[in-house]
Amino acid sequence: MKRLLLIIAAVLCCTAAHAAPDAARGEQIYVRCLACHALASDRVGPRHCGLFGRKAGSVPGFNYSPAMKKSGIVWNEKTLDKFLQSPLKMVPGTAMTYDGVTDAGERADLIAYLKQANAGPECKGK
Amino acid sequence: MSFFDISSPQAARRLFVGRTGLLLSGAAVAMLAGNDALAAKSGSGKAGDIQILNTALGAELEAIAAYQLGAESKLLQKPVLDLAVTFQGHHKEHADVLAKTVTKLGGTPVSAKAKYDFPVDQLKSQADVLKFAAKLEQGAVSAYLGAVPLFGNRDLAKAAASILGDEAMHWAVLRQALGEAPVPAAFMS
Repeated sequence: MKRLLLIIAAVLCCTAAHAAPDAARGEQIYVRCLACHALASDRVGPRHCGLFGRKAGSVPGFNYSPAMKKSGIVWNEKTLDKFLQSPLKMVPGTAMTYDGVTDAGERADLIAYLKQANAGPECKGK
Repeated sequence: MSFFDISSPQAARRLFVGRTGLLLSGAAVAMLAGNDALAAKSGSGKAGDIQILNTALGAELEAIAAYQLGAESKLLQKPVLDLAVTFQGHHKEHADVLAKTVTKLGGTPVSAKAKYDFPVDQLKSQADVLKFAAKLEQGAVSAYLGAVPLFGNRDLAKAAASILGDEAMHWAVLRQALGEAPVPAAFMS
């Protein structure tokens, strides 16, 4: 019985660990960003429409920190994953003074949502 | 008055309770009593703390503008309108104390933007305004939650947590006004 429980636990563990990124879950996680960000407009943080492939610190008219402007980052899945894990570790001096999204699955879901939203109507022309 | 100007916990408590009735904020801010020296010697963490406070200040100033938009929209009926004005007042107090603390630490507080880009075309009813405000408040709780561990000065972390508590109450009350479960989960993230 104990062995069976261990097997079930291992299956649950590994199934969860390899779950595909889920944009719907990511949309729920995105709520955490809404004090400072929006998809289509600049707020305390810059807009997220047009994010993928954009050079960090390059939204026209947005007042970035010098650190972000100088970072040389181009946003893609990999750089976003690293930044979201710990913004201040990747870009010391960034104005995004947020401890980070520590769960890799949550980051993947969030990035999946951002990709989906960028392809959607709210980001058209933004 | 900045976080560092409060002469004693009792004075801080009197100040905050007297002005706002916010016992939680008063108690937490009281923990910062007499911390000019602490502020001065916070060393390498000081620039980081100023940045955290300024980011929070920017969000508070935007929240003030958002509630102003809601109050002037003619979409809010009493007593919801009174609620919005009360919450806006809390955000004004947060912004005031954050700005003064930034100054006290030697930084320059950010100013309100001349214009905010709110989704006004999506706000057509009282419920729309409440949902918009609730999302901002929920996001603010998450933002403070993400900022609290970053402070070099632990007393500033406590003060930020005090603001977090206030904004979590705003979120819960707004949800209640919308007919939703006011506290939908045991934890925030």
